[in-house]
Amino acid sequence: MNWPVLSVVTFLPLLGALLIMLMTRGNSPLAKGTARWVAMWTTLVTFAISLVMVQKFDASSAEFQFAEKHDWLGVASYHMGVDGISLPFVILTTALMPICILASWTSIQKRVKEYMIAFLVLETLMIGTFSALDLVLFYLFFEGGLIPMFLIIGVWGGQRRVYASFKFFLYTLAGSVLMLLAIMAMYWQAGTTDIPTLLRYNFPAGLQTWAWLAFFASFAVKMPMWPVHTWLPDAHVEAPTAGSVILAAILLKMGGYGFLRFSLPMFPLASHDFTPLVYTMSVVAIIYTSLVALMQEDVKKLIAYSSVAHMGFVTMGIFAANQQGIAGAVFQMISHGIVSGALFLCVGVVYDRMHTREIAFYGGLVTRMPLYAMIFLVFTLANVGLPGTSGFVGEFLSLIGTFKTSVPVASLATIGVILSAAYALWLYRKMIFGTLKPALEGIKDIGLREAVIFAPLVILTILFGVAPKPVLDMSATSIAQLLDGYNKAIGVKTAATQSAPASGLEARIIPVSVAR
Amino acid sequence: MYQAIVFLPLLGAILAGLIALFAARARFPGEAPPAGDDGTSPAHAHAHASHDHAHDHAAHGHDDHGHDDQGHGPVEPAAAGSRLVELITTTLLFVSMILSWIALVQVGFGGHDIRVPVMEWIVSGSLKIDWALRIDTLTAVMLVVVTSVSAVVHLYSIGYMAEDPYRPRFFGYLSVFTFFMLMLVTSDNLVQLFFGWEGVGLASYLLIGFWYHKPEANAAAIKAFVVNRVGDFGFALGIFALFAMTGAVDFDTVFAQAPSLSGKFIDFFGWHADALTLICLFLFMGAMGKSAQFLLHTWLPDAMEGPTPVSALIHAATMVTAGVFMVARLSPLFELAPNAQTFVTFIGATTAIFAATIGLVQNDIKRIVAYSTCSQLGYMFVAMGCGAYSVGMFHLFTHAFFKALLFLGSGSVIHAMHHEQDIRHMGGLRERIPFTYIVMIIGTLALTGFPLTAGYFSKDAIIEAAYVGKNPMALYAFVCTVAAALLTSFYSWRLIFKTFHGKPHDVKHWKEAHESPMVMLIPLGFLAVGSFVAGFPFKEVFAGHGVEHFFRESLTFAKTNTVLTDMHHIPLQIALLPTAMMVIGFVIAWHFYIRRPDIPVELARQHDFLYRFLLNKWYFDELYDLIFVRPAKWIGHELWKKGDGWLIDGFGPDGVSARVLDVTRNVVRLQTGYLYHYAFAMLIGAAAFITWFMFSAGVH
Repeated sequence: MNWPVLSVVTFLPLLGALLIMLMTRGNSPLAKGTARWVAMWTTLVTFAISLVMVQKFDASSAEFQFAEKHDWLGVASYHMGVDGISLPFVILTTALMPICILASWTSIQKRVKEYMIAFLVLETLMIGTFSALDLVLFYLFFEGGLIPMFLIIGVWGGQRRVYASFKFFLYTLAGSVLMLLAIMAMYWQAGTTDIPTLLRYNFPAGLQTWAWLAFFASFAVKMPMWPVHTWLPDAHVEAPTAGSVILAAILLKMGGYGFLRFSLPMFPLASHDFTPLVYTMSVVAIIYTSLVALMQEDVKKLIAYSSVAHMGFVTMGIFAANQQGIAGAVFQMISHGIVSGALFLCVGVVYDRMHTREIAFYGGLVTRMPLYAMIFLVFTLANVGLPGTSGFVGEFLSLIGTFKTSVPVASLATIGVILSAAYALWLYRKMIFGTLKPALEGIKDIGLREAVIFAPLVILTILFGVAPKPVLDMSATSIAQLLDGYNKAIGVKTAATQSAPASGLEARIIPVSVAR
Repeated sequence: MYQAIVFLPLLGAILAGLIALFAARARFPGEAPPAGDDGTSPAHAHAHASHDHAHDHAAHGHDDHGHDDQGHGPVEPAAAGSRLVELITTTLLFVSMILSWIALVQVGFGGHDIRVPVMEWIVSGSLKIDWALRIDTLTAVMLVVVTSVSAVVHLYSIGYMAEDPYRPRFFGYLSVFTFFMLMLVTSDNLVQLFFGWEGVGLASYLLIGFWYHKPEANAAAIKAFVVNRVGDFGFALGIFALFAMTGAVDFDTVFAQAPSLSGKFIDFFGWHADALTLICLFLFMGAMGKSAQFLLHTWLPDAMEGPTPVSALIHAATMVTAGVFMVARLSPLFELAPNAQTFVTFIGATTAIFAATIGLVQNDIKRIVAYSTCSQLGYMFVAMGCGAYSVGMFHLFTHAFFKALLFLGSGSVIHAMHHEQDIRHMGGLRERIPFTYIVMIIGTLALTGFPLTAGYFSKDAIIEAAYVGKNPMALYAFVCTVAAALLTSFYSWRLIFKTFHGKPHDVKHWKEAHESPMVMLIPLGFLAVGSFVAGFPFKEVFAGHGVEHFFRESLTFAKTNTVLTDMHHIPLQIALLPTAMMVIGFVIAWHFYIRRPDIPVELARQHDFLYRFLLNKWYFDELYDLIFVRPAKWIGHELWKKGDGWLIDGFGPDGVSARVLDVTRNVVRLQTGYLYHYAFAMLIGAAAFITWFMFSAGVH
């Protein structure tokens, strides 16, 4: 490898943003057009280059690949690289960006130039978050992502955009301040902020507990886990369509990625101790938010709440700490990225036409929008977790993995499967079926641009449902290595404190008090 | 060949779907990019803009007329390509059917079991799940049932749905249903079974809600899916538990490991449960949902909102029998879990009698047949619970023919009566639609177990199996099934008498009633023949001495399981009991509805409470609404408003920002803007500072 492909992928969008800044002036049609096309081509080229990584990636190795390391800032270094856990997220990001740009093509008319710049900067920061191999660098990317998103909601959002963006900012910032403290503590303890080195470092149990909690505060907000999820519905409702897509598809995944990159491998003892807490919060999230989703009157809110429920499966699967659980969690995140992103795009389609998100406003759309109805159906079913769609694989794997470690948690979480059918089909029925509302007489089915947006998502949803192997294979080795280290650390501890436990199902750690 | 059987219907479905979409798009074209927005919209879409617009206007204007016609749906011209879709899907299904019969001969009688791997599906650590087709006798029997009924239902639908504008969609759904059902019966592992299982649920959802402008149809569709999901909740847990215990989900490994699981336990919410019993109960919960067994049956009657051919295919012959098939497929597990078998028997027997009691008083022709289906499924589960798996499969096989016949016959009646479904408005139809009358009689004879019809052999075999069954619920099951036989005969003949005999209640409709077209009568004839042929010729291999040779490894009978041999040695009076019940039921029905039609009216008045109780289906819908649906909605609302809104936001972000605002407001109040205020404050501060400095210095 003779050219820094990862850095190119990461910073190409930034270059595109620079280009837009230099090339366009004002808000004339020409400037708008230039901004759009530059953004489009930048994201497309970025995506194409990121595919080079897929092709060159060696899935049989758990090492960080495409690594680059340069001295920077003295303490920290510019260290980048991806493994089987982060690469899927990088690809998800680069793949969704062109779709987001295309989705904003006509619906964004004010400050197009700034909008596109915000998105391109955001892309750089998101890719950077997933591929940074230095804590300081990670922190910069991770927190930096807040700013463009804050602006996207605050400037191009709906009625209550200021409230929503501040709520979003407050929550996430509160979490990340704690994370910064933990990063400093880790630096003082280990003397480096280099992630691969830290992954091999054995932190003392006391520090693990505090650092775990500090990281948890940040990631739990990002996921978001119950009870720190209330920023999400508001942020989604107010964000423009593409903002919702990025928020649901990528930003939420940073929490899950953080658990996999930091919490589990760096603080295995604390992760083990706090598993009951995470389980409880996950199960509550799944059932609580599914029930809340049942009663929503706003399409976006309903999908937002269902996102929280689906993220509950992710955290549960991660802390099940076995191959199926984590593979399921990773797959669920990728699948949710596609499906929830697509669902928000579906909402965008009717919002662009009717400018309302009220469920009761719609009805009988199938009579005017047959293609839209079909596309919406595919994603609704994937959201429900129907086998044959990508939604099933992640849910199934994370549940089957969790069942091995905790029967009650998996059983309660499976109730979410019933509830998701109820709210998703209810939404579909209200919007798509029934008699056509008079106000919708003239509504048009999706056009060419929208068809181009949806086609890849529909194909991927079904393809990954029938043949999820590419994604599962990509991450399998890295997950196996992660678990190897985790189990060793746990094994050391349990052997030291108690006499060796029996293996298998009898040794389950069941006493999970599911406080509800 | 096996790939062809399974995937031809999928091909048909995809083609139908494409044609349906194109037809629909032609009618309502998509949105063109806003013309001349800023000159940057994709160029080639531009040209279409004006053209599309004009087109849309025409469609728009036309539709205004049909729209306000409530209930009957929009009157629209048939979608383009309807005929083509009918031909494609029906032909493919018939090909599939012929291949299935060949498969039955090859596998069942020739003994060529085969496993056709298709591709890898989910691989994660030790978990390996393949797409594969497993063809053994059990599967071959199901293949024949599914493709045969599906093929004739396709054919029948050409006539029945002739006036519907959305036929491409309808045939697409039918074919995709068939595909999922075939994936279900050919599955090689529990997860593929689950795929087919949920897939048929989806197809059922789409077909029940086919007339999407009807609110009841939509409600019924969602209800069917969600109630099935409740069952699937158990099914999924069963799969998880099996994987946790055996490390695999494919049938071969699981069955090989099953004996070693006895004596192991799973803790389930404080219940120290025997592993195999718990697993079987979980899996059976799935079967209860899909096969509409007692407690999870509420969706089936409502599912009758769908078009009648759908009821025949999905809610009588195939999908609802998936639960029975599943228990048969998992016989190696159930044989090791006698407690679970007892439970299966109990649920089956309860359903058999419970559904029959409701069937007595219903007035909707399709709902009577639906409850009858529910009841007959109960019979099948009784056989499964008693360990007579092949007997249950026998009833599944025969039932598919005569119940599909009864549904399609009912459809023919409904068709003749212009979509009238209430039997109180019918009567005397036998002169108007004699062919339908004859086939309905044949179906009824088979259902009630008239000697030499198909139902006679299979149903009597189940009652005999219950009689000799060894589990604690067998006697209960025997009593229930015998009693249900009486009720079955009564309500079946009630249906016939009220529909075809007596005086017409609606003379206008009666006069207009007409026999259905040939394309509908041929399927009826085929199924009528099947209602005889499916019985006696297959008796030996399903319930006689040929079982072992016919089913081989596809069904497992424990060494202690002697039900199949014992049932040939029962007392004569027991063997004759079901037939006697049938005769009694017939006589009562004849007395009630032909000789003295005033008696049932009088009875209903005297036992008003009982009548209402049955008419309202034991109030299950109301009960579930009260204990599940309303609380879920209420809790959801409370959690949203109180939990998220008041508690979390109130003490979280909103609370914090409100406090911050409070503080700043108070701070603001200090900033009065008067110089002397600031000077005074400064003076006080300076004084305090100096005082503190002096005192602290003085201490030293």
